[in-house]
Amino acid sequence: MNKVLLVIKREYLSRVQKKSFIVMTILGPILMAALFIVPVVLAQMSDETKKVLVLDETGWFEGKFENSDIFEFTQLNTDIEAAKISLGELDGYALVYIPKPAVSVPSSAIVYSKRQVSIDLKSYVNNVMTKEVERQKLSAEIYKEINKNNPEALAIHADSVTPESIRSNEIFKNIKTEIQITSIQIKEEGKEQKSYAEASMGIGMFAGVLIYFFIFLFGAQVMRGVIEEKVSRIVEVIVSSVKPFQLMMGKIVGVALVGLTQFLLWVVLTLLIVTVFQAAMPEAFNQKQNTEVFKGDTMLPEGVSADQIPEEEAPAGTLSIVTEALGTINYGVMIFSFLFYFIGGYLLYGAMFAAIGAAVDNETDTQQFMMPITVPLILAIVMAQFILRNPDGPISFWFSMIPFTSPIIMMIRIPFGVPYWELALSMAILTVSFVIAVWMAGRIYRTGILMYGKKVTYGELWKWLFYKG
Amino acid sequence: MIIFSARNVTKRYANHVALDKVSIDIPRQSIFGLLGPNGAGKTSLIRIINQITGPDEGELYFNNQRLTPRHIEQIGYLPEERGLYKKMKVGEQALYLAQLKGVHKHDALRKLKILFEKFEIQGWWNRKVEELSKGMQQKVQFIVTIIHEPDLLIFDEPFSGFDPINVNLLKEEILELQKNGSTVIFSTHNMASVEELCDNIALINNSRKILDGSVKDIKNQYKTNTYAVLHEGTNGSVLPWLPFGATLVSNEEADHGYQSIVRLQAGSNPNELISALLPHVTIYGLNEIVPTMNDIFIQTVKGAAMGAEINTTNAN
Repeated sequence: MNKVLLVIKREYLSRVQKKSFIVMTILGPILMAALFIVPVVLAQMSDETKKVLVLDETGWFEGKFENSDIFEFTQLNTDIEAAKISLGELDGYALVYIPKPAVSVPSSAIVYSKRQVSIDLKSYVNNVMTKEVERQKLSAEIYKEINKNNPEALAIHADSVTPESIRSNEIFKNIKTEIQITSIQIKEEGKEQKSYAEASMGIGMFAGVLIYFFIFLFGAQVMRGVIEEKVSRIVEVIVSSVKPFQLMMGKIVGVALVGLTQFLLWVVLTLLIVTVFQAAMPEAFNQKQNTEVFKGDTMLPEGVSADQIPEEEAPAGTLSIVTEALGTINYGVMIFSFLFYFIGGYLLYGAMFAAIGAAVDNETDTQQFMMPITVPLILAIVMAQFILRNPDGPISFWFSMIPFTSPIIMMIRIPFGVPYWELALSMAILTVSFVIAVWMAGRIYRTGILMYGKKVTYGELWKWLFYKG
Repeated sequence: MIIFSARNVTKRYANHVALDKVSIDIPRQSIFGLLGPNGAGKTSLIRIINQITGPDEGELYFNNQRLTPRHIEQIGYLPEERGLYKKMKVGEQALYLAQLKGVHKHDALRKLKILFEKFEIQGWWNRKVEELSKGMQQKVQFIVTIIHEPDLLIFDEPFSGFDPINVNLLKEEILELQKNGSTVIFSTHNMASVEELCDNIALINNSRKILDGSVKDIKNQYKTNTYAVLHEGTNGSVLPWLPFGATLVSNEEADHGYQSIVRLQAGSNPNELISALLPHVTIYGLNEIVPTMNDIFIQTVKGAAMGAEINTTNAN
């Protein structure tokens, strides 16, 4: 056991110290962080003035939205359906709809847009509305106050009362206003999709693709490592100290740890870069604002009937959908399954990659044996689209049972909800399979690593399985 | 005292038998030559001794105990197909291989430092293996083979790739290891070094052991009672006076007179030859012709091949 640890340590350290590992570790997070940052920066940089239509049913905010370099506001005086049509006709960026509240002051707005609407607009609308409503409330309060004490002072304009002078007063409590901004994305007809399903798809697909890449990248590393030992002729020196099986397992586990380290570093570094960027450009990434807006997004505003929403699309900030969809997924099951299939799938394929490495003399000879490994993996990715459309069908079921495809297919299915017995069965099959695969690979490996200068056939590999140690 | 013995070891592969009931005994503190032509089964036997593979039949004993994995740490093996991780640093790698043999890190570092100095490669500790010449890599391999001070050392063609100076260094080191109590199994095609180093040999041909014993005994056994006589006179001039039953194998002009090779009848001795020739020719010298290991090797292997041919002809 001690010797396996030594092998694992060597495999791990020799790879982690490689230049390519360090370069990948740094480049990966930069690329991933760029995926988050670049769209935001681009949105910031676009200097085109965006046309925003305002339909104010309350009449409170007429002329309050001021044109700027970014937004040009146009007041409408139609009803909401007509306004939505004009949004298309006028090629507007967004439509701000302030519905007339049933009883009290305006407290909500809906931003309709064809694309994801920027946070800038939402926060601006929020600001203007909050200010105006507070001003109106303040006037009313002051009017009440003055009326009570000194009727002559009616002429005093509310503007002359500064917020500071009132802060201590109980009036302040009364005028405090919170505006809820809801954004709704208007999609072209026929393209309506359940957004929750979209998010689920994304998460499952992401997990599946991650496993696919992990198996391919690091499985191939196992294979290359075995070939390297054969080519450099060190293998006989080593197997005179450790059992070939120990050497093989040490390599597989060592490489797996390298992979996990890399992924962990990627996640941490990506978060780090994004965080640093947020700190550097707070206006683009104001976290506090984001959360406030999201809070607003997920709640239906007063005055908007619930049945109006699904017709046009559910509330639509992509992130908020993801957050909500994430809420519907069982996290425990998802994380546990991901780790299980991640490791199980890797062990199954890693063992096969090791066996291939042992059977050949150099990398070009691996082609003939790579086929049976790559085909099921690629098939699983190709099938993904189909599985997404029909996650509970018989094909989905069988592909998530076959151990060669189950690590990917099952991960795609899990966000849609998979019965526990199916999950358990699939995991049991995978476990049994990787035990068998590791055993078989061990037999092939043991014979193959000491075999030089010979093109091996499948028939011979089969015979190797039954050689006596 | 026998340190290692194999009893009727048989190893079969899919298409051929690599070892057929081979038995060998290796005396403690000896240098044991394992000889045989290519493909005879030497490497199979060595791999079995190292427990890289197991025999299909037969028993193996190390120090009179059944051979088990715990004996691995008492055996050092320098394979013919040997190499190092090219991208790894020399010192790191030597340390790793020593630790795999069960040497503690601290001990290993200390011993490696001593050996690296002895072999004059101490300056290479932090260099990558790929920067080393082949000879230097061989030195590193030799060092890691002996680092755990094993009782039994197995060298498969240890001198290939070394220049004559380093071959000498290695030979001295091997002899010193022997003096300090190690037993050495030595597999090679270089018969001169066998003669120089080995106490005992076993000759394997076609998966069978066809000859074994001490080098001295084998040589005596292969003596043909043949002598080289250096004498004055002319070509073939000794022929008339040879003792009964003796034959003249060859004769030729030497630097100083003639040299005649004479094979005596079994049972006679060189004194008879001398007394027969003495009255007729002047004798400058007389040497017994002892067969070299090379001769014995070729003779035995060829003989075995002919025997096998006869067998197959008979079978037909």
